[in-house]
Amino acid sequence: MRSKPALPGAHRHAVSYIDRSREYYAACGYEQPYRWATNADSPFAPLPKPLAQCRVGIITTSYPHHEDLAGSDDVEFFPLTTKAPYAQPVDPIPSRMFTDDLSWDKDATHTDDVATFLPIAQLAAAAAAGRIGSTAPRFFGAPTNYSQRQTNADAETIARWCDDDEVDVVVLVPL
Amino acid sequence: MPRFLFVDYPLGNPCGRPDDVEDQAAVLEETLTLLESATAPRTTVQSASVWTTEPAADIAWRANYMEIRPENLDDMRAWGDARRTAQATAPGRPR
Repeated sequence: MRSKPALPGAHRHAVSYIDRSREYYAACGYEQPYRWATNADSPFAPLPKPLAQCRVGIITTSYPHHEDLAGSDDVEFFPLTTKAPYAQPVDPIPSRMFTDDLSWDKDATHTDDVATFLPIAQLAAAAAAGRIGSTAPRFFGAPTNYSQRQTNADAETIARWCDDDEVDVVVLVPL
Repeated sequence: MPRFLFVDYPLGNPCGRPDDVEDQAAVLEETLTLLESATAPRTTVQSASVWTTEPAADIAWRANYMEIRPENLDDMRAWGDARRTAQATAPGRPR
């Protein structure tokens, strides 16, 4: 349990979110800490071709906007999306996404600017500048799911969509 | 994890500061550079972007996230109890 504020130079600077969330939920009475997925052998593949020739895609953990529920009990107790992976065209760029039920820092910032977590506009600019080959025609959603088995299954689904769209590399942006 | 760009911002804005196109472009460029330069799994690079240079504000957002205060412990436990009860009594709803 944390009892002292961080002092400059005396504490680890970056927030350890795994430790912070474990302690928080323990204080809320959850006896079993969440066990994060670990992969002894992380997959790694070099770029298949120069980045300037690559089609780049995005995977987000946010969800298409459907309603604002910030502050309601349902947001605290129940997920409010289907938790199924989805695919959505990048054009038009969504003006907003549903993020109410995700654990981003609602005191320090906001998610009104989708570019802060869904970098479609930034990738389009990079493509126009020739930095990347192109932006994938769809972005993919992998809503936060605590089941690692289901997450693995969702990853396979999204991988097939990437193949369908001839995506060379994806950027996963967790929110 | 193949490659990871760590942006030391409050959770919610991993691709750059709100309404700051320059910062967002800079974070993307760091991402693309990492894609090109990494040669091993778990390659981790910290973004050069800084949320705030004001020391007190920097400490505050880091300390406040999911902060546990002794005076809030009873409320936190009550919240946890309510959540567990709600989820246990609502069969079929996802957890």
